[in-house]
Amino acid sequence: MPEYPVDESVDITDVVCPVTFVKAKVAMEELEEGQVISIRMNEGEPVQNVPRSIKDEGHQILKLIDNKDGTCSLIVRKGREDA
Amino acid sequence: MIFSNAQMERYSRHIILKEVGVKGQKRLMESRVLIVGAGGLGSPAALYLAAAGVGVIGIADADAVDLSNLQRQVLHGAADVGKPKVDSAREAMEAVNPDIKVNAHRIFVNANNVLDLIENYDFVIDGTDNFPAKFLINDACVLARKPFSHAGIIRFQGQLMTYVPGAGPCYRCVFETPPPPDAVPTCRQAGVIGAVAGVIGSLQAMEAVKYIVGIGQLLTGSLLTYDALAMEFRKLKLPRRDDCAVCGDSPSIVKPFDYEATVCEVSL
Repeated sequence: MPEYPVDESVDITDVVCPVTFVKAKVAMEELEEGQVISIRMNEGEPVQNVPRSIKDEGHQILKLIDNKDGTCSLIVRKGREDA
Repeated sequence: MIFSNAQMERYSRHIILKEVGVKGQKRLMESRVLIVGAGGLGSPAALYLAAAGVGVIGIADADAVDLSNLQRQVLHGAADVGKPKVDSAREAMEAVNPDIKVNAHRIFVNANNVLDLIENYDFVIDGTDNFPAKFLINDACVLARKPFSHAGIIRFQGQLMTYVPGAGPCYRCVFETPPPPDAVPTCRQAGVIGAVAGVIGSLQAMEAVKYIVGIGQLLTGSLLTYDALAMEFRKLKLPRRDDCAVCGDSPSIVKPFDYEATVCEVSL
């Protein structure tokens, strides 16, 4: 797991595209601006697409951590509302 | 988590959109829309709003399904002929989305019941097929300060406009009074292409969605006309009239009233 101060975490390994991004987006909705979330996702397609979509929404990608179990954890800081 | 995994999947195409997102979908799920008329216009509007997850959909119609309805009223199927339209409408909407609540109002909307009917809804869709009903819904919505979508279709043509209190004209600003009976044929007499109802009813659903989510430009202050044969949409700018009998500065209409409907119109 990420050695990073996170306020919230969400696991999107149980859903497939495009619900991966949707589930991450729904989880981020609960956060305040500036809070940090860890998003656990499967390697491959989610790692290709989810970070890009999250960036497009105006959030800040802090780090992508390889969990060495076929999953990665994306550490994101929530951006401005309606950014 | 606000949504279940199934809801996230069902509404994923909404939530992905920046303009809708989680907040917009929540607004849709918390909204209440009334559709007056389970016919050609009401059918696509009802199906799309049900699919969109509008929390409560009211559908008002006193008629039963007739075989001649099926050419355009896609809420109803062959097995529904003879059944109250509101019942088959409810079944069709619940089949699309079991999460929503459907209120079936098996009534003819008139001056005595219209205010009570619209009171509990956030937005009204006028899917009726006759002028007395259209003026009645307009007057009631203006008096109750309720936003609504007007539409009408005939032959290969359709039109719609959106009324929001305080923004632009009402239907009566544009059309002061109903035309004399028989001056304009009903769609029973004149005919209509089913897909025209599909186009215009879908646009009404779109206006409702935009109003609820709070995005984009509504058809307030404009009448959109559609000519299917020429394949032309036109948007006519229309002002609010200060001397409008219902939404003007000193209105003479202070409560809803019924125009007399012709016998033919009533059973349409």
